[in-house]
Amino acid sequence: MEGQKQVLEKLRGAFRSGVTLPVHFRLTQLEAMMSLLEDNETQILEAMHEDLAKPKFEAVLSEIDMVVNDLCYTISNLQTWMQPTYVGTNLATKLDDCFVRREPLGIVLIIGAWNYPLQLILSPLIGAIAAGNCAILKPSEISRATEKLLAELIPKYLSQECYAVICGGAEETKKLLENRFDHIFYTGSQSVARCILQAAAVHLTPVTLELGGKCPCLIYGRIDMKSAAKRLVWAKFFNAGQSCVAPDYVLCTAETRDMLLPFMKEALESFYGSDPQQSQDMGRIVTDRHWDRLIDLLKKSEGKIVIGGESDKKTRYIAPTVLVDVKESDVLMQEEIFGPILPILTIKSLDEGINFMNEREKPLALYAFSDESQVVTTVLERTSSGGFCSNDGIVHMTLSGLPFGGVGASGMGNYHGRWSFETFSHKRGCMLRGWGLERVNVLRYPPYTESNLSWLRWATTSKKKGWAGCSIM
Amino acid sequence: MEKQVVDDLREVFQSGRSRPLQYRKQQLRALLRLITERQADIEQALKQDLNRNTYNTSLFELISIENDIKLAESDIADWAAPQPVKKNLNSALDDAYIKPEPLGVVLIIGTWNYPWAMILQPLVGAIAAGNAAVVKPSELSEHSARLMKELLPLYLDKEMYQVVTGGVPETQELLKQRFDHIFYTGSSMVGKLVMEAAARHLTPVTLELGGKSPCYIDKNCDIAVACRRITWGKFANCGQTCIAPDYILCEPSIQDRIVEEIQKTLLEFYQKDPKSSPDYCRIINTRHFDRILALMNECTVALGGESDHSQCYIAPTVLRDVLPHFKIMQEEIFGPLLPIVTVNGLSEAINFINTREKPLALYVFSSNKTVIKRMLTETTSGGVTVNDVLMHYTLDTLPFGGVGNSGMGRYHGRHTFNQLSHHRACLIKSFAMESLNDARYPPLTAARLHKANCAAIGDASLKQHIPLPTLLFFKVFSLKNHFKSI
Repeated sequence: MEGQKQVLEKLRGAFRSGVTLPVHFRLTQLEAMMSLLEDNETQILEAMHEDLAKPKFEAVLSEIDMVVNDLCYTISNLQTWMQPTYVGTNLATKLDDCFVRREPLGIVLIIGAWNYPLQLILSPLIGAIAAGNCAILKPSEISRATEKLLAELIPKYLSQECYAVICGGAEETKKLLENRFDHIFYTGSQSVARCILQAAAVHLTPVTLELGGKCPCLIYGRIDMKSAAKRLVWAKFFNAGQSCVAPDYVLCTAETRDMLLPFMKEALESFYGSDPQQSQDMGRIVTDRHWDRLIDLLKKSEGKIVIGGESDKKTRYIAPTVLVDVKESDVLMQEEIFGPILPILTIKSLDEGINFMNEREKPLALYAFSDESQVVTTVLERTSSGGFCSNDGIVHMTLSGLPFGGVGASGMGNYHGRWSFETFSHKRGCMLRGWGLERVNVLRYPPYTESNLSWLRWATTSKKKGWAGCSIM
Repeated sequence: MEKQVVDDLREVFQSGRSRPLQYRKQQLRALLRLITERQADIEQALKQDLNRNTYNTSLFELISIENDIKLAESDIADWAAPQPVKKNLNSALDDAYIKPEPLGVVLIIGTWNYPWAMILQPLVGAIAAGNAAVVKPSELSEHSARLMKELLPLYLDKEMYQVVTGGVPETQELLKQRFDHIFYTGSSMVGKLVMEAAARHLTPVTLELGGKSPCYIDKNCDIAVACRRITWGKFANCGQTCIAPDYILCEPSIQDRIVEEIQKTLLEFYQKDPKSSPDYCRIINTRHFDRILALMNECTVALGGESDHSQCYIAPTVLRDVLPHFKIMQEEIFGPLLPIVTVNGLSEAINFINTREKPLALYVFSSNKTVIKRMLTETTSGGVTVNDVLMHYTLDTLPFGGVGNSGMGRYHGRHTFNQLSHHRACLIKSFAMESLNDARYPPLTAARLHKANCAAIGDASLKQHIPLPTLLFFKVFSLKNHFKSI
């Protein structure tokens, strides 16, 4: 087993050799990743089932297919993305070639998370490969089976000179972070993110942080309650609530809540049957420690359980649970829940709901459910969040064209689709000048004169709409 | 005091005053008035700070700021408008777009070499993006700092944009506060401290740092023109420019010619005695003066070398046959010393550059397209100008910023707006077509999964890559596998 330093040196040597630069190499690696997924789908599903009792349906939809989609999209578009983009010029640079080149950064570190153990490692890796980098992957040690599988499969399918998997826990990660990388991509919690950012500062390494937070779901005004309930329930209890973009809590009026609850019960019943513990489609909590944390929250909460509440330690099961009469000071409102527990807080007005959300950290996602477009617009205009979706949950992150990332405490940077490619690229501004027109250059040389200055001013002003002309003194 | 400033700004920002485009345009116009009405005062301050003459001030600072303001004012509606994105089958009836939003309160820390541009160009972007801002000019260019503190509140909304002056203690106090973005221009060493302070609050940063920007002169080029351009870029502002060509790399056979051409050009630019030329600046202070002079110690002076401590004057100086291990090659010079390091051809030059930290700028002079192509593709740097120096900075459509040790993030023109905005992904759905959603709900059935996949992978690009029969085969094949174990 190679030590961390040796792995890094090997990757740096490979990067310096230029092997990752040609588009052919990158495409070959991406296609190899596709084969990895196709050839090993059963083992992958089994591993995720072992880690999280992840229902096969969810694993296919939210992990394998998300990565496959990203792969296809990237493979189709990579050659276009790699082309230099030419930019507008001003008079002084009219005859020059001015463009932006996308260049690889070097060696990137990708630290995954346990809740979507495949997607959160492979999706960033797609961007890293596409942009021509080498990469070290550090899957989460909490999703042990997937970690082991990735450590086995990645070297089998991808270039061992350019990509490596390093396994381990907090100690190994800390050691890894002492090294110098050209970009660090981290998905996980805010507290660990601070340590990562501090480690990155030592080497001036840029980072992408995909963090979490409490994603609010505001339900207000005239609404198709049945559809709203279905979508809310689906988004919340997918992966047993262990999604960074799961609606964390609901804000609505008491009337809305009273109308919503029966539809939620109906939706839950149609999804998981009368006893979700027996359903193959209901996930489990990832570890005993996480299960304990959630049960503790439930016990300490002063809200009233109106749906669910059952649990089973042996199988790390917690029923889809909904609580009402939850107050701002409740334990459930102090940290990201990350489990199948949904508190409903009541508000009296839209303003109150908006102010409530704005008094808190900017979330990764913010949801507004309403049939009234004015309500949706108001919420959108008056709040901020990583992403926003109206009348549904989670799905905004499945669109390749939309950047996926946080803001403020929920993260920095973004990825998915072309955004991953851009995240792992350096955009180098290039200007190629000719030898002619030295006469024009003369204007800028000393000895300086006023008339030269005004000509230069004229030549270097960007001509924009609304600006009729140039000033010549 | 610093905490109060930030708290006050946050409150004003949250009031929403900076959101309307009309407000932002109004502030931008006020900033333009500041520069044009008070130009003489600004020039005077710069003369006292750096002995900069008025021409240089306009060319290197005011024109760029003006252009940025005019561009922002004219294009802001376009920049701030939601940008629609491509959808898939599932979202065919929805609105999907990226909405640029302000971040909140941004901190802009300037530097002393171009005290107005380094503060006001980022500020233009901050204003255009709808943020509030704290501006911290460098205390080393103290006349400019003082003037900025006086003028900004006279023209801009003083509740939304504030100037904090002071030295290291004040900056450290500011860095303890929580900002929504920190924009820092300065040295890599302090850049690390800024990033570390930002880490505590998970604040994103833009770091415009420095480094040694190499300048390769190929023997196949118009050496006379190359040397004129390099001389201009190197000795403007007395070499105190983050993208000044730091050192020259060339083959030994052309070193003498280069020295000769630079000499001719220096005579043309600054006449026999640059000390008495109104167009030649001074070093900012005695500490930097001493630092720069010490770099000359081991070197062979080919041109210049004179200095005058009382005026912080160092003559335009060229050093020949400089060796890689000399002190002058270990740190960014940031002064009017131009070392020439000889290399045996392009490959050695590329290797020399690549074994060092990624620079902010890279320059190559050649008439040979292959040489240029190799330099571009086999090295990296913040930006590049080929066959000239500094000029990539002047085009606002090019993103300006560093990479690796030379920085992170980029700005100028629209890029500043983007850097200081949050690009929020928005998906606006209705409750219609709920039946489409049925495919994704449990309980799992083969039919549902197939339907969900088709709707989610509606991208044309996807279908382009995988022929439909293969796609269907894969889906059927994988579905079969899914259900073997269920």
